[in-house]
This record gives sequence, structure tokens and C-alpha cells, in this order.
Amino acid sequence: MARIHVTTTINGEPMEFLCEPQQSLLDALRNNLGLTGTKEGCGTGDCGACSITFDGRLTCSCLVLAVEAEGHEIGTIEGMAQGETLHPLQRKFLEMAALQCGICTPGVLIAARALLEKNPDPTETEVRFGLAGNLCRCTGYDKIVRAVMETAAEMRETAS
Amino acid sequence: MAETASATHVRHGSSIGQPLTRRDGVLKVTGQARYAADNHPPGMLHAALAVSSIARGRVAALDVAAARAHPGVVEVMTPANRPPLAQDPDDKNGPFVFRMEALQDDRVRYAGQPIAVVIAETLEAATEGAALLAPRYEAEAVETGLDASDVFIPQMVGPGAPAEARHGDVEAGLAAAERRVEATYETPAQYHNAMEPHAIVAAWEGDRLTVDTPSQGLAWAQERIAGLLGLPPENIHIRSPFLGGGFGSKGVISGPQVLGILAARLVGRPVKLVLRREQMYGPVGHRGPTRQTLRLGAGEDGGLTALHHHVRTATSRFDDFLEPAASVSHTLYAAPAIATTYDAVRLDTGTPLFMRAPGEASGSIALESAIDEMALECGMDPLEFRLRNYAEVEPMSGKPFSSKALRECYAQGVARFGWAGRPLQPRQMRDENGLLVGWGLGTATFPALMFQGQARAVIRRDGTALAETGAHDMGQGAWTALAQLAADSLGLEIDQVEFRSGDSRLPDAGIAGGSSHTATAGIALHHAGADAIAKLTELAMADQRSPLFGAGNMGVVARNGRLLRRDDESRGESYADILTRAGLAEIEGRGTGAMDPAVPEHYATHSHGAVFAEVKIDPELGQIRATRLVGAFAAGRIVNPRLVRSQYYGGMIWGVSFALHEQAVMDKCSGRVMNANLGEYHVPVNADVPSLEAILVEEHDPHVNPLGIKGVGEIGITGTAGAVANAVWHATGVRVRRFPIAIEKLLV
Ligand code: FES
Ligand code: FES
Repeated sequence: MARIHVTTTINGEPMEFLCEPQQSLLDALRNNLGLTGTKEGCGTGDCGACSITFDGRLTCSCLVLAVEAEGHEIGTIEGMAQGETLHPLQRKFLEMAALQCGICTPGVLIAARALLEKNPDPTETEVRFGLAGNLCRCTGYDKIVRAVMETAAEMRETAS
Repeated sequence: MAETASATHVRHGSSIGQPLTRRDGVLKVTGQARYAADNHPPGMLHAALAVSSIARGRVAALDVAAARAHPGVVEVMTPANRPPLAQDPDDKNGPFVFRMEALQDDRVRYAGQPIAVVIAETLEAATEGAALLAPRYEAEAVETGLDASDVFIPQMVGPGAPAEARHGDVEAGLAAAERRVEATYETPAQYHNAMEPHAIVAAWEGDRLTVDTPSQGLAWAQERIAGLLGLPPENIHIRSPFLGGGFGSKGVISGPQVLGILAARLVGRPVKLVLRREQMYGPVGHRGPTRQTLRLGAGEDGGLTALHHHVRTATSRFDDFLEPAASVSHTLYAAPAIATTYDAVRLDTGTPLFMRAPGEASGSIALESAIDEMALECGMDPLEFRLRNYAEVEPMSGKPFSSKALRECYAQGVARFGWAGRPLQPRQMRDENGLLVGWGLGTATFPALMFQGQARAVIRRDGTALAETGAHDMGQGAWTALAQLAADSLGLEIDQVEFRSGDSRLPDAGIAGGSSHTATAGIALHHAGADAIAKLTELAMADQRSPLFGAGNMGVVARNGRLLRRDDESRGESYADILTRAGLAEIEGRGTGAMDPAVPEHYATHSHGAVFAEVKIDPELGQIRATRLVGAFAAGRIVNPRLVRSQYYGGMIWGVSFALHEQAVMDKCSGRVMNANLGEYHVPVNADVPSLEAILVEEHDPHVNPLGIKGVGEIGITGTAGAVANAVWHATGVRVRRFPIAIEKLLV
């Protein structure tokens, strides 16, 4: 089957790749582009391990076809830190032990960043519902919620 | 600060007990941690499993030609062309060896069993090829559920504990009782559902094999694979630096992993095989269902007179793993007569396996519910009743506990939760929105076990050290906690110690299971460090040029990379100086971690805890929310409180999940799990759960092992599940005995 040429932007960098028409964006990121930070937990939109941003919108990359990335902006975990400088969420997650096995962590971080961009001052309930699509079997979520709330507070302080 | 003695040499370190952040954290938050499925060796092909849609019978036909003809498909592996194995995958040659399906024949023994593997240039082509196989079956009638016909009395349960145990005369105790409770509880089959699906990347070079696969037991895995392939174990190299969760399901090598290896052999190229989520509901184990009947007797004063815990459980038709759900009754309450008994049925499912807190999770939700029922019978507060029946020694064996700070757990938990004033009767409390409020309590317990592990420590001439053991980090924090233990064992700062782990070429660290890994691998590291320091000390003491010359029986202290005379700490020298003068590049120590056989002979070794739960329930809709959870746990020495708290939190949510969410629903006709996906197999999501609190209760255990470390990985589930169930009763007055507790069971 003919492969399709896709021109897109990933983490701010222009990117081109070849993919098959039925390939998911998740698969293209992981297999064609070697961006394996985005994980697959289900392939059916149930777990959020594959979370990316698509033109800034939180999206399950397992539910998007790779060809749909044409002309759009994709954000993955690999673009979250600026070089050696971690994103405040990444730093807080480390400090506050908001991860264990870490397989859900890239997805949770991408979702948390998307949440805080929309809502810089979320309540605990808003965080819990905002991240309800990101399953974690290890942490019990508590430390994730605390880390997101604290990062939000810190980022508000820096912004003001 | 930790101080540990070994013979005459003392080592000082400051790492144990510190809440260090996890050392693998940066890799994980940046997406750089490489899990098995992230590997992509050159020339790699993708494999997709085709699995059976019937639960019993045989595969009559597969359209191999259609699959092969699909563009991109390289090969289709079926029983007809599967490379030979040196060992029948159905041979049992060890207590932890389970029968597996590796395309040995056309039999189907459960739904979701692998029946073929399609290998292709892309994952899409492999997946499409697998669909094109369009299998036809000769199906046979299946049996599911705990009322199946093939009933037997097992001799052994769990990994080899005697099924039946008796202490005292239960029938006499029940006859003499003034209060009696008899109740039957059911727990469903559950699936581990680690967020990382089982994955393997296998690459052959001649008769040498490299595999990337998540493993909770590298040495077992290596031995099992070597046995099946007829190769020496050293030819098998397994890398497992990170697991995306395991919970028991990655403890033994499964059929799909072996099939990935055979697929790579067949095509002569590296192959990656990753299970799809729905394929995790068959060949990789589950928690077996149980039906537990508890018969309790008590006197007028609330003292238990007898406790009978009978378990009906299920295993597969072709192998045995029986959920040891009654073991919790051996330990928790001081009844003068206790009996635990089992029977079981054989079902057309995959074989059950250990799943986080095997035995104790299922058993404790039943026992803790029954204890509450009896407390009510006696008109006593649930906590008062538990204290009345507090076990000062292990009731079944009569052995003293190596340590047991459970009273302190109750006390701290009660204070923190604010249990005082809880009405005895149910349906007495409402919140400001009119929701029913209930408070429940559960006692947590899990045995403190150890497997056997080895470690190696090397002190280098530059004053740094290397410590290594093939341990497994499933998320619990082995990379960090074990490095802390290693640093202290060598009298060095943690940053001066290179710690290697997660590879089958390193010394066997035992199994990451049974909440035993930190103790096992940690003690091995502790002894390896001691051995290296002892050798270094010998070197120095025998050298006239050393300030330690002649320190002899006075011994030395190792601290901050220096050896010091114990009688005069101003006299000492650095590790680097000793090695340099001796002209040695390094000095090596080795250590073993294992339970001293005398310990279980004399002591019962368990961690304990008390969990308090609040639930709120909509009186009209029956909707249940856990709103508050406080757990207080005592588990001996805590190596890293930050990581331990995470382990407790994770366990507690598993407890909530056990009580309220999780269950595999089996279709009785087809024998298929109907909810084999994360949309319908409910595990708690962020919005389902409350904020958590875990109190680390101080406990010193002078007996269990030289460092006094017990386990923390599983205990959080136990106690919590019962606490939530009891809180639901307290809110509603409805005692649900079939778990999980769901809305429809409350609307009676
Ligand atoms: S992998 Fe996309 S939601 Fe689970
Ligand atoms: S940290 Fe393991 S699944 Fe979230």
C-alpha cells in the first residue's frame, strides 16, 4: 500500500514522515518517529497513556490517524522540558513523588499541562475530573492531584 | 541515621530513612525511561497474537494463506510451524512454574488463548493478518462460575501452603457461643491490569537471545526460558530496567512472551510482541474468584470463641493456583478455636495467579465484614470489638509476633480520622446535602516474607563504589530504596555509589513479589557491602603503614568513605588510600539476602495496619463515593518514607477498587470475559477517589531480618477493602456480601 507523506509540527519543530493510511498517530510517533515517550495502555481511548496535544487540545493519539496530523501542531512529552530545564509540572511531580512505575506519567503530565493552560487556578475537584481520563494503577492519584495544585499555585505566583 | 553492626565492623550511613526523591524520576517525567515496548532494534518485525474466541474445544481451521498473502505479512506461526521447544510447556518442574499455551497443539482451554502469531513489517499489517486468519472451531460446552460441577478439595493453596488448618475445637466453640454470625461473601475474578501491557522484544544471535520484557523475577524468567529452549541460562539475556506496573502478573513468564521469542526464531529477525489490552484477560493470570463462608462465635463479653473460614475458589481446568483467602484468619483475631478449609472448582479460564495481596485482599474483605457483623451482634463498637479480640500472639500457631504495633496503628488512625462519637447503628449520619454518611474500619495485615537474593559490591580505588543486584522496579522504587541501602552498607553517600539493577546478568535479586523485595535484595546488598568493607579492613589492618594496623579485635568504623579505628576515631584513612597502597583497582564483596530459617520457626512475621474510611451515599440513587481514607501502617524499618507512602496510597486505592469497582464479568455461555477493556473493567479514575492519608507508625523489628525491614507493597489493600465495605453498611444499613458493592445491590 502506498505510504502517505505527512507534513506537521511536533513540539514546535517542523516534521515530515511517511505513514500508512490506517496507522494511528500514536503508532507513527512511536514507531516511525522514535518518540516513545507517548505510551499505549489500551489503544481504545480508555486510559490516556497516549495523551498528546493536537493544536493545543488534549487528545488521545491512539484515536487519531497519523495522516490527520497534516498541517497541525502536535505536542508530546518529549517537548515538555526546555532542554535541561524541566517544566514546573515535571519538577513538582518529581519532588512530590507523583509517579511510581511512570508509564502513565507522560500522559498525565500532558493532560495536566493542558488543564492548567485552560484553567490556571483549578479546584481539587476540577483537577480530579480534568485528569479523570488518565488512568494510573500505581499512585492512588493523591500525589498527582497535590502536585498539579501546587504547580498551579507556583505558576500563578511566577506569572503575577 | 542508621547504624548497622556486622561482626566487629560498624558501618555508618545516612541514606536509610531519608525521603529521597526517586532516582529514575527524571527519566520518567521526560518520557525517556525505556520500557520494554519502547525498544526497536534494527530490522525488527511486529507480531500480533490471534487469540481464541471460544473457551473450550479445538481450532479446526485457520486461513493461513489469507493472512500470509496480506501485504507486509512475513510469516504466520501456528502449531504446524512453530519452532520446537526442548520442554513441554505443560511440564511442571517447580512450585512457581505454570503451564502455558505456546502453540503446542490445537486445543483451546480458555477464551483469549493464543492460537497463532502473525509477524509483519508493521503492526498494522500484523494486526490485519491476524484478523484474516478467521478461525473456525470445534467448540465444547464450557463451565464458568463457582457452582461449576468439577469440585475438589485442594491439598495446597497459594504458592504451597497447606489448605486445611485447625487449631482448637471450632464446633465446640460455636456451640458454646452466646452470639453467632454465619455469613457468605463473594469476590469476583479480577485482572491485574498494569497500565503497561505485557511486551517483549526478542532478538536472536545464533543461540544467544536478548529480550526486553518487563519481569518481576529475572532469574526465574531466565531459567524458564532457558529450560523451554534447551539453552544454558547464560545464553538468555533479559533486560527489564522499568516495569509499567506488575502487581504479580509479570512474576512468571507467560505464553505470549515465549511466543514472541519463538516468532523471532522463526523469522530470523528481531520481533516485538505487545499484548493488546483485551488480550490481558486470559494468558497472563488473574485473581481467582472466591465464595467465603465465615462462622463466628462470641461470648456475652464480645470475646471470640470460634472462627471458621471456609473458601470456595476456582482454578483452571489444566493447572492449579488457589487463592489462599483464609490465611488472614490465621493471624488477625485471638479466637481460641480457628479452622480454615477450602474446596475449589475447575473452570475453562486461564490459570489464576498471585495478584497484589494474594489471599489477604480477598480474605480480609470477608473477615473484616464478618467481624463488623459480629461486633454489631455484640452491641460493640467495631474498634472496641477488635481490641477485645486483639491477638497478642499469632492465634493459629501460638508464636509471638516478631513485632506488632497494631494497637498503635489503631490509636493513631482513630485520632487522625476522628472516629470518636461514631453511632453504633447504621443510617444515622447525613451530610449537609442529605447524603448518607458511613464510617468503617478494617484491620490490615500482610506477611513479611523473604525470597533469596544475591548482590555484589565493589569499592573502587577512586573511593566510589558499585553495587549491583538484578532487582526489579515495578514502580515501588527499587532504584532508589535499594541504592540507599547499598550506600549505607558501604559507608558512602548515595551519590558515590553506582547502582545497577534490572538485568539478568546481575546477581539474582529474588522475586519482586510478596512485599519482600526491599528486604531480600536490600539484605543482600547490606551483606555485600559488609563483605567488601571487611575485606578492605583486613587489608588495612595487616599493613604496617596503615593507621589501622593492629586495630585487630577493636574493629573499625566505616563512614564517609573512610575506615576509622573504633577505639580512636582520629586514626583512620580513606578507602582510596588503602586500595592505592595495596596496588588494587578495587575490592569486591558478595552478599546473600534470605530469611534465617530460625525466624519463622520462632516468630510470626507480619506487617499490620488500621484503615478508616468514610463513604457518602445518595439515599435515592444509591451512588457511592469514598470521601475520606486514613490508613496507619506499621511495617518495621522504613527505608524511604516518601516512596513508602506512595506504596500505601496505591494499595489503599486498590482496596477501594476491590470494594466498589473491580470485577471481571464472565459470559456463562461463551466463557468470555465480557468487559475485557479499561472502559468496562472499572478501576478507579482520579475523579472516583478521595484524598488519602497514610500514617507511618514507627515500629522496630529486632527479629525479622538484620535490618528490621518488613513489606509495604500489598498491605494497603487489606483493611481498606473491608473498611469501605463496613462504611457502606454503616451509611445504609444494607450489608452487601457480593463484591464489588454496586448501586443495584444497595437499592433493595
Ligand atoms: S492508549 Fe490511547 S487512551 Fe489508552
Ligand atoms: S505510575 Fe504506574 S500507572 Fe501511574
